[in-house]
Amino acid sequence: MSTRAVETAVGAFVAAGLAALFLLALKVSNLAEIGGGDGYRVEGWFENIGGLQVRAPVKASGVRVGRVAAIEYDDSHYQARVVLEIDRRYRFPVDTAASILTAGLLGEQYVGLEPGAEETYLEDGDRLAITESAMVLERLISQFLYSKAAGD
Amino acid sequence: MNALARLGRAVLDALARLGRATRFLADTVLALPALARKPGLLVRQLYAVGVLTVLIVLISGLFVGMVLGLQGYNILVRFNSESSLGVMVGLSLVRELGPVVTALLFAGRAGSALTAEIGLMKATEQLSALEMMAVDPYREVMTPRLLAGFLAMPLLAALFSAVGVLGGHLVGVELLGVDAGAYWAQMRNAVDFYDDLLSGVVKSLVFGFVATWIAVFEGYDAVPTAEGVGRATTRSVVNASLAVLGLNFVLTAIMLNGE
Repeated sequence: MSTRAVETAVGAFVAAGLAALFLLALKVSNLAEIGGGDGYRVEGWFENIGGLQVRAPVKASGVRVGRVAAIEYDDSHYQARVVLEIDRRYRFPVDTAASILTAGLLGEQYVGLEPGAEETYLEDGDRLAITESAMVLERLISQFLYSKAAGD
Repeated sequence: MNALARLGRAVLDALARLGRATRFLADTVLALPALARKPGLLVRQLYAVGVLTVLIVLISGLFVGMVLGLQGYNILVRFNSESSLGVMVGLSLVRELGPVVTALLFAGRAGSALTAEIGLMKATEQLSALEMMAVDPYREVMTPRLLAGFLAMPLLAALFSAVGVLGGHLVGVELLGVDAGAYWAQMRNAVDFYDDLLSGVVKSLVFGFVATWIAVFEGYDAVPTAEGVGRATTRSVVNASLAVLGLNFVLTAIMLNGE
């Protein structure tokens, strides 16, 4: 086999391999959505975050606007502190409410933002005043059973 | 007493082989700068270990992806969550099957050829002839092959995973009617670039290095007879496969802990 044919085949192989890596990065993984952390961070305290995890999506009206950057337990409030990283393209009023929701009955959990009516907007390091905890199925069932028993 | 002596000899033999393999690796790596002056050698080896392995990798990847689609669909449809098929196919290919199955195929297709070739070179005294002509056999034979295996494996694994994801799409979406949007969107939501994709690439780099090192060393260390070369080839494939599977467990444990 001539050197030229070998070189062409190797070139095609390397190009195809890199194209496959590229395809995996853009189509299969979330690289396109990571976007190099060019968002602003706001934090909120939640009574119970349920199964929320770092990198879970943050959505407003169902559209992804950011992600959960960090979760930790804050023992001065006895609550969970959740840091949200929101895309710079979007701004939200300071009285925006954050709630932890579930996609579908058994789907992943995400943070839903409900914009308020204030004229001033959230900035880096701000705190979300209104938060709503995750729905915990066990608690719902026990409440339901309790109200049933009380009603009878 | 005899059994004790046999055990001792086996251990000493194994240690001696490990030492030879390490020295061999050091010599091979030391010849890297010399290789930079003759890149043509590397291109030819990339052809032998990379291009010639593409076909088997593509076909295997397609079938593995299709089977994942079929099996995954049949299990997920019981829980009405067949829209998660993309997550299952994507994660299992990128994290585990891509690097591991490609490495096993690589050891069988390219590794065995490397061992047989070098073993035969040794048996026919071509390696000694190179030394006689003051040509460094490491630069000429070993280093280009080791580097080519190291570079080719991640590309092959990426091809395997990409074709596998398309195979899953073919069966899951085109044949069984999973929603195409759900397949791709859920996969993109679940597969993390750093934790999943890059860790898969790191795995395939390690596997490529280890499998090629074993293949080239087994050839170099072969008993220079027809039987010896045959045995070395078998040992090369067996040892490389075991090393890949064992290392995969260790690497997975480290990567999952690091999260």
